Amino acid sequence: MTSLTAICAAFVTGLLLLIIGYIAIRGFSSINFQFLTDTPKPVGEGGGIGNSILGSAMMTLLAAVIGLPVGIAAGVYLAEYGRNWYGNTIRFVADTLIGIPSIIIGIFIYTLVVLPMGRQSGLAGGLALAVIMIPIVARTTEEMIKLVPSSMREGALALGAPQWRVSWNIVLPAAASGIATGAMLAIARVTGETAPLLFTALNSRFYNYYLDQPMSSLTVQIFNYATGPFEVEHAMAWAATLILVGTILIINVLVRTVTKRRY
Amino acid sequence: MENKIRVSNLNFFYGKAQALYDISLEVPEREVIAFIGPSGCGKSTFLRTLNRMNDTIPIARVAGDVIIDGENIYAPGTDVVALRRKVGMVFQKSNPFPKSIFENVAYGIRINGIHTSKTDLNERVEKALHDAALWNEVKDRLNTSAFGLSGGQQQRLCIARALAVQPEVILMDEPASALDPIATQKIEELVVELKRDYTIVIVTHNMHQASRVSDRTAFFMLGKLIEYNKTEKMFQNPDDRMTEDYITGRFG
Repeated sequence: MTSLTAICAAFVTGLLLLIIGYIAIRGFSSINFQFLTDTPKPVGEGGGIGNSILGSAMMTLLAAVIGLPVGIAAGVYLAEYGRNWYGNTIRFVADTLIGIPSIIIGIFIYTLVVLPMGRQSGLAGGLALAVIMIPIVARTTEEMIKLVPSSMREGALALGAPQWRVSWNIVLPAAASGIATGAMLAIARVTGETAPLLFTALNSRFYNYYLDQPMSSLTVQIFNYATGPFEVEHAMAWAATLILVGTILIINVLVRTVTKRRY
Repeated sequence: MENKIRVSNLNFFYGKAQALYDISLEVPEREVIAFIGPSGCGKSTFLRTLNRMNDTIPIARVAGDVIIDGENIYAPGTDVVALRRKVGMVFQKSNPFPKSIFENVAYGIRINGIHTSKTDLNERVEKALHDAALWNEVKDRLNTSAFGLSGGQQQRLCIARALAVQPEVILMDEPASALDPIATQKIEELVVELKRDYTIVIVTHNMHQASRVSDRTAFFMLGKLIEYNKTEKMFQNPDDRMTEDYITGRFG
């Protein structure tokens, strides 16, 4: 029995290594400075993914700026005050939202933001990613806060701390490393999202620093390169994929190091 | 002189289950009162009614009066935050915050805005650590994590933390039950020492501890207060047969 489970475990790890290894082999040769900084060019003239990296970074940052505070605050509410019908409803809605295919969130933002604005934009893309992030962050935050021993809360309450101060400066810091893990994993998750960006941020061939304009992203650019007819484009898709997977891997490793340093 | 704490006809319920029945007792100022009794007899529950810690349990309900310094703490409009500042608490399991030793003691001072300046804060923290007989052991590592302390030191840190907000009453819920004999002895010495300035109510499972540290002892059984007397009398010649049976170990 043990050996069977060991084989399955090895299979999972092997699968991951195979994917990363294959992407590395296919992608590595196309990566150079120009590829990392240039914008897409017509086939045969080189070109790169610099604007896509910037776009992904900007939209992920926007999603984090909106999604993390809202998600964490909602998680604190659920854990500290959510033992009633209101909390249960929010919990159920959040769980449902986590299960919704991300393309539907893309359509939702398309209707809500893109149509009124009259065009796709980085703002809409970032908002779509934020909507994906919020329920994930809220639920992980809630779980992490529930792990804080109630004796610690009581200790603070017994000193005459009002409930909100107990939540704010005892419980939150005690759960901080766990919450940080959840936040990083949520960021990694949305960094890899393609579908919700297709309708919302669209794509762009240029460096775009403005959130009200269509914005390129690594994932959508990979999709474009990969579905293109030319071999050079496919090579660039592999290279961009390597960058994306590398970034997500780095985020995951960062999560590991952060969680190791507990107080 | 008016007694520090006067409890009259206190009944306590967890939902429909009654946990305390008609408890009445008075605690004089600057004395140590020990609560003894078998597990589940309600002594911890009773202790937690004295600073309204039971408020955190949604289904808990209290009937009766608890009067501290002439004020009924269950009267509508009572400031629970101010009450808990006046009636501090030390728990069975030491529960330092995930902060440095200094910040653990400073926390209560900060949230209550007691200090007037940075220097004043430092002095108050030092004094609290002195009073909890911990200063000499931690003075060189105030900024390190409180979790690096031993169990006994952590418990004294929690006492220092409680002292720092200048309470008048200190409730201790089996403060030494998780400690070895030497750490326990330190806590007991500390309790006797603190009696000079504070009124102390201590719950204990340890009969010898009760007889060593307390002036009066209350014996609880199945949610009822069986006997409340001077500790000497309680342990030598109790009024109630049940008390005698319990103290001499004739109950399991």
